[in-house]
Amino acid sequence: MEIVHSATPLVALIASLLGAVLILLAGAKRPNLREFWTMAAAVTQFSLIYSMLPHIMQGKIVVFTIIELYQGISLQLTVDSFGMLFALLASFLWIIVSVYSIGYMRTLNEHAQTRYFFCFAMALFGAIGVAMAGNVLTLYMFYEILTIATFPLVIHKETTEALRAGRKYLAYLLTGAAFVLFSMGLTYYLTGSLDFIAGGFVAGSGSQDLLRLLFVAFIIGFGSKAAIMPLHEWLPSAMVAPTPVSALLHAVAVVKAGVFCCLRVILYIFGPELLMNLGLWILLACFVSITIIVANLIALTQDNLKKRLAFSTINNLSIIILGAALLSPDGIRGAMLHISFHGFMKITLFMCAGAIYVATRKENISEMGGIGRQMPFTMAAFAIGAAGLTGIPPVCGFISKWYLCLGTLEAGQIIFLFVIIASALLDAAYFFPVIYNAFFKKTAGKTPRIKEAPVLLVAPLIVTTAFSILFCMFPDAFLHFFSLATRSVQTIMGVL
Amino acid sequence: MIEQFPALIVVTPLIFAFLVTMAGLWNRKLCFPLVLIALSASVVFAGGMLAVVISGDKPIHYYLGGWAPPWGIEYVIDHLNALILVSVAVISLLVAVYAQKTLEQEIHESKLPQFYTLFLLQITGLFGITATGDMFNLYVLLEIASFSAYAIIAMGERGADFAAFRYVLFGTIGACAYLLGTGYLYIITGSLNMADLTPLLPHLFYSKALLVGFAFLIVGIGIKMGIFPLHIWLPDAYTLAPSAVSALLAPLFTKVGAYVIIRIMFTVFDPSFAIKLYPVTDVLGWLAAIGILFACVMALAQSDFKRMLCYVIVAEMGYILIGLASANRFGLTGAILHIVNDMFMMACLFTVAGAIFYQTGTRNIYQFRYLHRTMPIISALFIVGALSVVGIPPLCGFFSKWYLILGAIQAKQWGLVVVMLLSSLLMAILFFRVIEIVYFAPPTDQRHAHHKHGKTGIVMDNVPLSMVIPMVLIGIGIILLGIFSGVIIKHVIAFAIPSM
Repeated sequence: MEIVHSATPLVALIASLLGAVLILLAGAKRPNLREFWTMAAAVTQFSLIYSMLPHIMQGKIVVFTIIELYQGISLQLTVDSFGMLFALLASFLWIIVSVYSIGYMRTLNEHAQTRYFFCFAMALFGAIGVAMAGNVLTLYMFYEILTIATFPLVIHKETTEALRAGRKYLAYLLTGAAFVLFSMGLTYYLTGSLDFIAGGFVAGSGSQDLLRLLFVAFIIGFGSKAAIMPLHEWLPSAMVAPTPVSALLHAVAVVKAGVFCCLRVILYIFGPELLMNLGLWILLACFVSITIIVANLIALTQDNLKKRLAFSTINNLSIIILGAALLSPDGIRGAMLHISFHGFMKITLFMCAGAIYVATRKENISEMGGIGRQMPFTMAAFAIGAAGLTGIPPVCGFISKWYLCLGTLEAGQIIFLFVIIASALLDAAYFFPVIYNAFFKKTAGKTPRIKEAPVLLVAPLIVTTAFSILFCMFPDAFLHFFSLATRSVQTIMGVL
Repeated sequence: MIEQFPALIVVTPLIFAFLVTMAGLWNRKLCFPLVLIALSASVVFAGGMLAVVISGDKPIHYYLGGWAPPWGIEYVIDHLNALILVSVAVISLLVAVYAQKTLEQEIHESKLPQFYTLFLLQITGLFGITATGDMFNLYVLLEIASFSAYAIIAMGERGADFAAFRYVLFGTIGACAYLLGTGYLYIITGSLNMADLTPLLPHLFYSKALLVGFAFLIVGIGIKMGIFPLHIWLPDAYTLAPSAVSALLAPLFTKVGAYVIIRIMFTVFDPSFAIKLYPVTDVLGWLAAIGILFACVMALAQSDFKRMLCYVIVAEMGYILIGLASANRFGLTGAILHIVNDMFMMACLFTVAGAIFYQTGTRNIYQFRYLHRTMPIISALFIVGALSVVGIPPLCGFFSKWYLILGAIQAKQWGLVVVMLLSSLLMAILFFRVIEIVYFAPPTDQRHAHHKHGKTGIVMDNVPLSMVIPMVLIGIGIILLGIFSGVIIKHVIAFAIPSM
């Protein structure tokens, strides 16, 4: 594989770090300048990442070594096709959510906005770093930065409930990080290297039992962020955060970073062949299957819209891991596609929930009767996003779920096909009442007038909805998710 | 010129200590500049020696008074102590600059000359302990450092005299133990020079007298460096001392003690003595493990910020011992790196404690509510120090912990690995408890919860620049030490580790 040495990955990373510093310097006294820096950082970061796309599409990887550490370890940024996919997703959605954040925070006249935007930029610094990390140590570094940077966002409201959620968040994620640290040390001890290699590099370095232990420790570590049951408790509690945070971080950046890391472990540290030999994939697949079904069942019982979405997120994260755990090319491709497509659809739903809250101060589904007539654009977007998550064409969720289903068949595991289909049915069962409620439920008194949230809130969610439909018709459009996923699968399977 | 540096680094602060006393009689304002001159010179000497050692790749020897060893006293600067000297010099200079303003509040003006004299003597002692190549000379300098520490701690707030007295009792027992140990070595070998002892000792490894001597040495230093369970004097003494003193002593004295242990175990004695022949490192490892957990729990129970940090020191000393217990290259790399890193982390946290005390007059954590509104820079520095102790990369604390964990894994000391991971979680609880109060202040009752959602501006810290600048430099140091840890290991620490 051809390697391009370039500082672009570092500059792209620094863009959000620098943005964060400038946001802090601008401060609460100059809010417009502050928000300008947010937008400038987001756009710069995205364009820099996008500028590397041609290299990746030609089958090269972009490498930049920040600094050598000791005996074969370095802080290294490597952009391969899988990292590119996640980096594109996170940085592109950051632009959209920044617009939304500005509208949301200003309309609600929230406190501590400087801290909010600062931490948001830092969280993106962490997330993009996770995407570009070339080895486990670098990954761990940005993973921790992401965890810490998100903490102030979770407890933004500073109420007792928020603080409790924040403690829970840290308790789960830092404990997870301790597991990762241990497994990282063990990996280095066994192999003397930490660099990701498509198809894995730990094979044959230790006894089977030791490798099994290593895998379990890794998955417990990263699985806490990916909210695999029983490590999911923090995610629903973290919904106490402002909605843009839930939208970007708890649907895209943070939890997807967890999933991304799990996939790195499965595909780039262990590799399909070794996992097949160890027989651990079935254990993981069973765990996530239980998560998929149970999370959806719990979602049915939630009245708070954001909590319902949170459980839907838990469900989808596990679907992604299930796709990878099946170790079949189409399953992996479906998993990778679902990372990006789920991001677009779920962010739409969260932004809808936020828009509803800003326009009506309603958080519970039972109070949202007839809201579709009051907020037609928002609720139409919600309906499309929900349909996509259920897997109905022409929304992009259909494409990723299609490949996931193919993946189960390819692996010859028909039982997991039923898991995916059952989860789709349950998706429908908890999303459609919301939509029905919003559009068809009779409301007492006269029909309310159209009263949408401010345009800064509605425009972003319409854009993401449009992209969700676009990606179904042309899965390879614009951000080239389909090619990136395919290329990743080919390198992992050793076809390329 | 450069060959005189090993002596100059010790002699300069010593001479200036007397100059400060004299100058103080005439004009008290002269004291502080003199201290600065002495310490800046020390930084130059230490830096120069480190550069020479790195480029020349062989130690610098200096014979005091021209007497050849083993009869005369010899100073030897190799990779290991050059690194420690540089860190001690840099931290003490920064803390001295920082100290000036805190002293205006905490020490009566008439006592300033004495204070600065003791301050310099203290640093003289630390430099000497690190630079010397002679077991007895080390004892003398250890006592210089200790005696000035007793006196300078007693200058602190109410109760400090009692704490200092307790420290005197413990410290004297430690010093006696060390002296006895040195005496045993002298009786059986007839030598006090470290380099001279090294080849003599292996023939005597099965001698009971040697074992007793070794035990005395380790216990003596163990008391001075505050190893669990010999740390009892430490929290009181460092909590009640003046801010400037705890900012100097807490980071430096304990770490220099750790250096001495490494020196004795791995240079004076052959590494196999403490590793294979007797399970010294294993015992130290288990003591460290218990000590770390104990210290973390004790720290959690404190509401006094400085006292909490004192227990953190005890835990950090445990980390260094875990590095020794692994007894392999990774473990020792981690231990030595941690000595340097911990100097910066503790300097950062103790100066923060002092600065908060300077502005608000309290050390009670629960009164730090919303502190970031009035002290944004200090609070940010606290975050840097705290996250580094917790072990968040790219701050330096992570990297030493990483090598310590690698060492423990390689040594198959799974218990120690678990303790290290568990303790970093406990540290996280410990520090996030404070961060939560400083930044997010949980409301005591719900009625006030929405009260603070009003827009309150941020007021810049009301702490003089002469305190803030050294603190910021220490904070930057924490970040740079982390990022460039590989460079330090490659050029310095890799040569400082004995072959095993």
